[in-house]
Amino acid sequence: MEKEIKTEEARLMKGNEALAEAAIRADIDAYFGYPITPQSEVIEYLTREVPNRKDKKTVVLQAESEVASINMVYGAAGAGARVMTSSSSPGISLMQEGISYIAAAELPCLVVNVVRGGPGLGTIQPSQSDYFQATKGGGHGDYHLIVLAPASVQEMADFVFEAFRLAEKYRNPVMILSDGALGQMMEKVILPKDGSLSKTAKPWATTGKTKDRDHNIITSLFIQPEEMEKVNLHLQEKYKVIQSEVRYEEIQTEDAEILLVAFGLSARICQKTVDLAREKGIKVGLLRPITLYPFPYERLKELSNQVEFMLDVEMNAGQMVEDVRLSVEGKVPVHFIGRMGGMILSPEDVLNKIESIHESQNAVNA
Amino acid sequence: MNEKLYLDAEVELEQVYSKPKSLTDVPFHYCPGCGHSVVHKVLMEVVDELGIQEDLIGVAPVGCSVFAYHYMNVDMQEAAHGRASAVATGIKRVLPDKLVFSYQGDGDLAAIGTAETIHTINRGENILMIFINNGIYGMTGGQMAPTSLIGQITSTTPYGRSAAQIGNPIKISDLISLLPGAYYVTRQAVYNPNAVRKLKKALIKSIEYQKQKKGTCFIEVVSNCPSGWKMTPVESIKFLEEQMIHTYPLGDLKVPQN
Repeated sequence: MEKEIKTEEARLMKGNEALAEAAIRADIDAYFGYPITPQSEVIEYLTREVPNRKDKKTVVLQAESEVASINMVYGAAGAGARVMTSSSSPGISLMQEGISYIAAAELPCLVVNVVRGGPGLGTIQPSQSDYFQATKGGGHGDYHLIVLAPASVQEMADFVFEAFRLAEKYRNPVMILSDGALGQMMEKVILPKDGSLSKTAKPWATTGKTKDRDHNIITSLFIQPEEMEKVNLHLQEKYKVIQSEVRYEEIQTEDAEILLVAFGLSARICQKTVDLAREKGIKVGLLRPITLYPFPYERLKELSNQVEFMLDVEMNAGQMVEDVRLSVEGKVPVHFIGRMGGMILSPEDVLNKIESIHESQNAVNA
Repeated sequence: MNEKLYLDAEVELEQVYSKPKSLTDVPFHYCPGCGHSVVHKVLMEVVDELGIQEDLIGVAPVGCSVFAYHYMNVDMQEAAHGRASAVATGIKRVLPDKLVFSYQGDGDLAAIGTAETIHTINRGENILMIFINNGIYGMTGGQMAPTSLIGQITSTTPYGRSAAQIGNPIKISDLISLLPGAYYVTRQAVYNPNAVRKLKKALIKSIEYQKQKKGTCFIEVVSNCPSGWKMTPVESIKFLEEQMIHTYPLGDLKVPQN
């Protein structure tokens, strides 16, 4: 009983540290990474904590680069390990080649991107400008990651478990797309129960050829185009099945006449906007995609029959808004508001935008 | 090995040679005279003799030996260009009691993968790195490698490699011998039976050292590329003996200090 209470105890933690602690509790076999702001607490936490956990045999290795990190992840995942890496935007760019290989070879793993403002070296402040890279493939070739977008420190921890569940179910890399604010801010978190994520057999892994099977090969090379096409068709079939994993949260959408669409930190901001708007009698609701891939196209399409317009809110130049517009197929106007380069919108900014769209629509109607 | 073969009722022949059991039945795609086939065969002979087929996990590179996993009948992974030693690190770290080797060419190990090469060895990863140095990019059609010789004509040095313009041949084995993580570094070849025997000894030693968790073992194999060099196999052996070995002298560069 006492133990039970202990695992349920609430802690005040940074997002990056909650994620790292969840990784330990998810019994990862290995973590390979390279320091970069604003996610370095992940590797710092793991290098500090893992040696104190006598029951854990987790490998934690600081690699010479993100390029090396992701290829170590490839090797370990191919050898059947539960393995992850984390980085921030420029480092994730460096990993793209390896992620493409991992997706092609169908290796389960977790890649965490604590996004900072770009392009280029950019800034260390939070941003959502890696949406395209995360959801549309990112590297070369036709592939997708499953992408989870946390909006709280609690979800930074919970989504580690969810990520490995999905990665191992579909033999597909999963990305947690966070941002510098979620990584750095402290919130109350109830950590997932240690050791509660079971491990399944991976008969395809390179663990040493036994007499009862052929040698296992992990590769993404299929030089005959007929064969390569088959591999691609298989991946696309898998992605179709993965569509059933779509997750989203709705806040006050039942009677909404205006719909905000936002993920991650932007959704936290929009939640406040919904309250502010309703105080003024404007019926605003919020749809927060939790999986960015698969994307909730269908639900947004349904909501387009109900609302006057949608306002997509992001910390970028407008990336997810393209998927929102695809969803509604022109049925309702989809507006956009965002800030870039590490700047964050306030709930009032979003409310002002709603009111100005409202006014201009009324002006047109009058 | 001593199975009796019965070709017909009259003649009874003793089988004195067969290819290693740890090689698959897939025919090599390598060009006639290329050193890769010999290195593959010797390595798999060692696997048979040491009985390590179930314990060995290999990493293939990008380059001519990209399909090494078709021939070597052990569990294998295909790495991105230059990253074989990082992939091998990932495997070895999660399966520390297995034996792990990487197999890379000169472009892979000594150009695009230089950082991974140096840092894998600097960590003393307990793996065997096999480095095939034939001084050219064979698979992509004979471009200059970091190890191409001064004056060597390739498709990207059509007037000969110039040190002033593109630098000197890089001697990776010499470089990495300086790293404390390197336990055993040797430069071998496969251009005659004697050289092949020496390579085999080096491979056996390296596996033994890995079992003892001694650190990184690194075997450079100075090899030939008749197609890339635009030579007959015989001419390529002559070039290897007269030119390659002059720049890359054979022998141990670092031996265990016991």
